[in-house]
Amino acid sequence: MSMLSFERKYRVRGGTLFGGDLFDFWVGPFFVGFFGITTLFFVLSGTVLILWGAAMGPTWNLWQISIAPPDISYGLRLAPMMEGGLWQLITVCAIGAFVSWALREVEICRKLGMGLHVPVAFGMAILAYVSLQVIRPVLMGAWGHAFPYGIYSHLDWVSNTAYQYLHFHYNPWHMIAASLFFATVLALAMHGGLVLSATNPGKGEVVKSPEHEDTFFRDLIGYSVGTLGIHRLGLFWHSLGCGSVSSVSL
Amino acid sequence: MAQYQNLFTSVQPVGPVHEGVELPRDDDKRIGKPFLFHLLGRIGNAQIGPVYLGSLGVASLLLGIFAFNIIGFNMLASVDWNPIQLVRQLFWLALEPPPPAYGLSFPPLEQGGWWLIVGFMLTASIILWWARTYRRARQLGLGTHIAWAFAAAIWLYLVCGFFRPIMMGSWSEAVPFGIFPHLDWVSALSLRYGNLFYNPFHALSIVFLYGAVLLFAMHGATILAVTRYGGEREIEQIVDRGTASERAALFWRWTMGYNATMESIHRWAWWFAVLSPLVGGIGILLTGTVVDNWYLWSVKHGVVPAYPLDGPVVMDPALMGAK
Repeated sequence: MSMLSFERKYRVRGGTLFGGDLFDFWVGPFFVGFFGITTLFFVLSGTVLILWGAAMGPTWNLWQISIAPPDISYGLRLAPMMEGGLWQLITVCAIGAFVSWALREVEICRKLGMGLHVPVAFGMAILAYVSLQVIRPVLMGAWGHAFPYGIYSHLDWVSNTAYQYLHFHYNPWHMIAASLFFATVLALAMHGGLVLSATNPGKGEVVKSPEHEDTFFRDLIGYSVGTLGIHRLGLFWHSLGCGSVSSVSL
Repeated sequence: MAQYQNLFTSVQPVGPVHEGVELPRDDDKRIGKPFLFHLLGRIGNAQIGPVYLGSLGVASLLLGIFAFNIIGFNMLASVDWNPIQLVRQLFWLALEPPPPAYGLSFPPLEQGGWWLIVGFMLTASIILWWARTYRRARQLGLGTHIAWAFAAAIWLYLVCGFFRPIMMGSWSEAVPFGIFPHLDWVSALSLRYGNLFYNPFHALSIVFLYGAVLLFAMHGATILAVTRYGGEREIEQIVDRGTASERAALFWRWTMGYNATMESIHRWAWWFAVLSPLVGGIGILLTGTVVDNWYLWSVKHGVVPAYPLDGPVVMDPALMGAK
């Protein structure tokens, strides 16, 4: 069985946002729920569309497969399937899948009696995606301003967009986002390292307490944010980072 | 509907400040009288201080302050000792490394000599700080995981300013000290070597960078979501699993079919954060030393499409035998 030793008592009915008990079940380790069904629908549709696009494209090289948005000349209209229409449908599927996934997380949070921090944080990432792929193209008047779906082609898009506006290193929002990203990784290294160092202190040493953790950082830099604070920092900085990415695009 | 989500500490109990866990007898005394700062307490601990200085800390700080000041005075000299211009142009000012003609030799002070001296001081300061990180952990009986994560960042720093310049045979390859100038160095390096986006180690480094931010968001949010069950007391949860850990684990298991444990999530975190500079450093070290143009390298290895060129064909000057 795919259940953890303590799992059974947590598998209770209820907490769904939509569909009542109809989809209130698990498949293997996965909770399904109404939004699990919609996630599955969007993910499968999107994947099939991507495969279709790849099949019609010039290559099966994983790095080079790319599904581009419509040409700028199509403006905000629907484009023919092979001229960016696929991209438009895939974008709809992606947003549908992301939002379904977030709502499914909300249902799971409610089932487990947890706060809603994870779906809200995920929502910030979705916001960054939507502002790049929908809000900015709409404001600029053409879907062609969005990025293509491909491993290296989306890097080309980033590079081109950055140089088209002279230089993104000089965009203050880019600076803020980059600083927040680096700061978040630094904080993560320090947090992960601190917890591991307290629980894996080496041969012959006993496991240490949060007092030791606080003392270590106070000794080192005069301040320790504490066990609760560090998780707030991680969450806030990520959210601010995502927010800055959204602002970068606008 | 509105529920308490524990985003801020709304009630701060104030007790006696904590002087810190006892240190071994041969250590110095901690300095500074700890005090509480209410606003900090809204997010994390309100207490500031005490701090352990010790000889490693003093040496590191001294060298760091020297380096910082020499950079500042060089910038001031570059605007003819005009303090107003120093402030106005601060973001654009720099202490540049020596010009290429000097290779790896020691140039006159105003031709990059100061840059070499500052580089030495800053590096010494950072390595002393690393030793301090290691020693403070050992003196408290903790593992040295933070020191080794810090070492990964030092690796990237040394690659950019020390190892790669030596391999290229010139200090001029190194990074200038300055806000915009160091950003300009980054983009110049990228463009000179065929766009770093096509450097697979750079790509991997960014995967780990974004992955680390994603992990921290997932972890931070998960822990905050189970603080109502005492989830932020991670060490206790690691050694004696409680309902906070169980719910946190099940949340991810039900969401994506897989969960870390309260301990292993910190291993994931540590490795993602460490691999970002580690892999990035490899990518920078190979740039210009082993690979001259990452775009052409990627075309050769079939990872990027060779785009049809609409305009006139521009030859890469590096391929025309230009030195």
